[in-house]
Amino acid sequence: MTQDILRQILDYSNRADPYPLYKELRRTPVYHDGSGPFVVSTYYEIQALLHDPRISSDARNLASNAADPLAEPGGEEETVLPPSFLKLDPPEHDRLRRMTNRPFGPPHSPHRVHDMRGDLHEIVKGLIDRIAENGNAERIDLVEEFSYPFPVTVICRLLGVPPEDEARFHVWADTLAASLDPDPDADPKERERRTHDSRMELGMYLSGLIEERRKNPTGDMLSELATGNGPDGTMTTMEVLSTAALLLIAGHETTVNLITNGMLTLLRFPEVLDRLREEPELSVNLVEELLRYEPPVQLVPQRSTLADIEVAGVSIPKGASLWLVLAAGNRDPLRFEDPDRFDPDREDIQHLGLGSGIHSCFGAPLARQEAQLALSELARRLENPRLLADPPPYRQNAVLRGPRHLPIAVDGIRP
Amino acid sequence: MTVDGSLERLKREGRIVVVGASLAGLRAAETMREKGFTGSLTMIGDEPYEPYDRPPLSKQVLLGRAGPERTALPRRRDIEAAWRLGVPATGLDMAARRVRLADGDEVEYDRLLIATGVRARPWPQADEAALDGVFVLRTRDDAAALEQKLAAGPGRVLVIGAGFTGSEIASACRERGLPVTVAERGAAPLVGALGGVVGEVAAEMHREHGVDLRTGIMVTRLEGDATGRVRVAHLSDGTTLEADVVVVSLGAMRNTEWLAGSGLGAGPRGIACDAGCRAFDIRGIVTDDIYVAGDVARSPHALFGYQFLSLEHWGNAVAQAETAAHNMLSESADRRPHLWVPAFWSSQFGVNIKSVGVPSMGTEILIAQGSRDERRFTGVYGYQGRVIGAVTFDQSRWLQFYERLIEETAPFPPTFTTVDRRPEGNRPMPADFPDPSVPTHGPTITLSGYSPADRRMTFTPAHH
Repeated sequence: MTQDILRQILDYSNRADPYPLYKELRRTPVYHDGSGPFVVSTYYEIQALLHDPRISSDARNLASNAADPLAEPGGEEETVLPPSFLKLDPPEHDRLRRMTNRPFGPPHSPHRVHDMRGDLHEIVKGLIDRIAENGNAERIDLVEEFSYPFPVTVICRLLGVPPEDEARFHVWADTLAASLDPDPDADPKERERRTHDSRMELGMYLSGLIEERRKNPTGDMLSELATGNGPDGTMTTMEVLSTAALLLIAGHETTVNLITNGMLTLLRFPEVLDRLREEPELSVNLVEELLRYEPPVQLVPQRSTLADIEVAGVSIPKGASLWLVLAAGNRDPLRFEDPDRFDPDREDIQHLGLGSGIHSCFGAPLARQEAQLALSELARRLENPRLLADPPPYRQNAVLRGPRHLPIAVDGIRP
Repeated sequence: MTVDGSLERLKREGRIVVVGASLAGLRAAETMREKGFTGSLTMIGDEPYEPYDRPPLSKQVLLGRAGPERTALPRRRDIEAAWRLGVPATGLDMAARRVRLADGDEVEYDRLLIATGVRARPWPQADEAALDGVFVLRTRDDAAALEQKLAAGPGRVLVIGAGFTGSEIASACRERGLPVTVAERGAAPLVGALGGVVGEVAAEMHREHGVDLRTGIMVTRLEGDATGRVRVAHLSDGTTLEADVVVVSLGAMRNTEWLAGSGLGAGPRGIACDAGCRAFDIRGIVTDDIYVAGDVARSPHALFGYQFLSLEHWGNAVAQAETAAHNMLSESADRRPHLWVPAFWSSQFGVNIKSVGVPSMGTEILIAQGSRDERRFTGVYGYQGRVIGAVTFDQSRWLQFYERLIEETAPFPPTFTTVDRRPEGNRPMPADFPDPSVPTHGPTITLSGYSPADRRMTFTPAHH
């Protein structure tokens, strides 16, 4: 194997199709170049590590000399917020995730996601109607006009951001998302300043809203998080803030990519797109196959070892940094038959696209519902959609991988 | 019967009989059809119902959230079987390859699968057991009758025995707001399965949820009123307790009586079989045409010192049924061993309890993650310096890791640290299982005769 395969994976020129590199990577299930992270790329090994209590998600457990090619210049996001549960281990992780789940999912709130169906429909309909009104059928950027605004609006509704503030919210979210995906041509100082300002403004806005909801709860997630009084007590304002920020960032970027990757794949397989138009119920299994075939989170880079462990015959020392390459595991031929084939009817489909174990995707039920609805509605309403660029231009980010733009043309838009 | 194409003939036109039409029987039948068995398939079951799922009976059904008739097991495929439901098997003629039924019918087989499972151990005094208001819980009918009684709002429910089923019943009663007393002979609930260290946590859960838990206590007598309704229980401490519903939850008995005298190695501890699910006869010789699966089977497990384990676990029934079905239709070289790592779950008092391995073999326990005080923890059991079992309370996502440690016979206590290790996880404690020298109810085998040709074994069934 070439020594710099990690650099190749991170290299932007390979963003459109990293899968041949993953195949190469899988030949060494635990890859280590001597200084960087230990990179695990085979299905069963990743699956086991996601359930291994000797693996930490808390960056404080990293040995200080562990090199991380993904580390952002300037270190951790400069923020006064406490770490969200994504970056914590039990018991803090469990406590915060439980408290966040209480107003979100079963057993206490089995209806929250289901009850958002009406909202989701209305948002999707509005976005596609607006594309129709713009009347620009020869060139539509599906990212700008659809997959990007959709999840932000959903998060606003979920949290309970008042409709009149949604526009401001979008601006902050845009800036923060851009910071995850640095434009190499932009001035880094200027970008840092804007990111910092956005984060401060968003933080101020949300803390104001939290205080308000604490006094006058309105049943949305923010109100419930601020006033929740379950067996784990009530979150502090800082904890609510940090959790809300997590839901915003994690629930947004990933869903954008899931929907965009989904449309891109469907446009590459027009027979599947045609089928989806006729049988929208196909979207359920289709989205699972997409999460396997083109997962929005390609790899989990923030894990470290709490002990010396052995994986596939390789000793990994305590304090080492681990990358779990979910997208490579999803195409492991030892686990999936004909793994490079996109098969929306695949039955044996326990993919790693949403992770597994205690950190498995918190918003999974919502993300699934959003993607199923978005793709089946786009399939139904877009007349003869076709790609204007294949591959489309991608975002820089190798971890949260997806197209920056998805230019398509259509013959028209059905009502 | 291997080289001459007889296996092909068996698959094409053989006669397979499955005695026991519950989870194991159904899954085995489905597997056989999946493997291309096109011969005749007869499913014999003593209950009048098509296969149904039992775990919900002590949970959703007792809470009145799901009707007992809605517990039918989902079918994986059509099995095109002749169903003989509501007719128990009453005898087996191994030489003639015939199963006798209660209605006098006989069914011939080329291959037989026995999956008759277990039944609830009844209250030993038949006249007291017959009192109105005294229940056991094993079947759909049991659950329906008990649920009806609970829905009527009894003054107090007495649960005798605090194993998993008894604890789940008590939990359901409390969720329905009913006063409930649990009488347990041992020192704490679940001690037999999980030991005293974990049993202590279970006891706290009972008490916190308002159960009147009495441990170290036996019920000596049940007393009815003039109309034959249960009224009072007499306890071994000399006190009495008024209760209008009594649920006897004293474990299970294996349904093997119908095999008495058949020559099959069947008794109160189950039917002994090899790792390939083939039944032993009482001489200890393995049969070729009789297979066993599910709760009624006892088979040697390589991971646990080749002990004959008898596992009343849902997952075991499915896995063993699939292995038995595979082996019934395979050449000997293609047979597979049943190597399932024991696993079960229970949900009670809002806590999800899961276990892997054989905790009851453990002599020590380490609380590897979490804390007992918080009711969220992972306990790892050690036996002779290796990991032999694990249990989680509301932490099941870690369990597969410990399952692998059991499979790898990893050293105990574990040498590594984990997330969420607390002070109580620093050193192992005695697991505190009850004295294993409790008298068993095993059968007796006597040998007679002198020359090898004369040697005879006589099987004397045990008495309960």
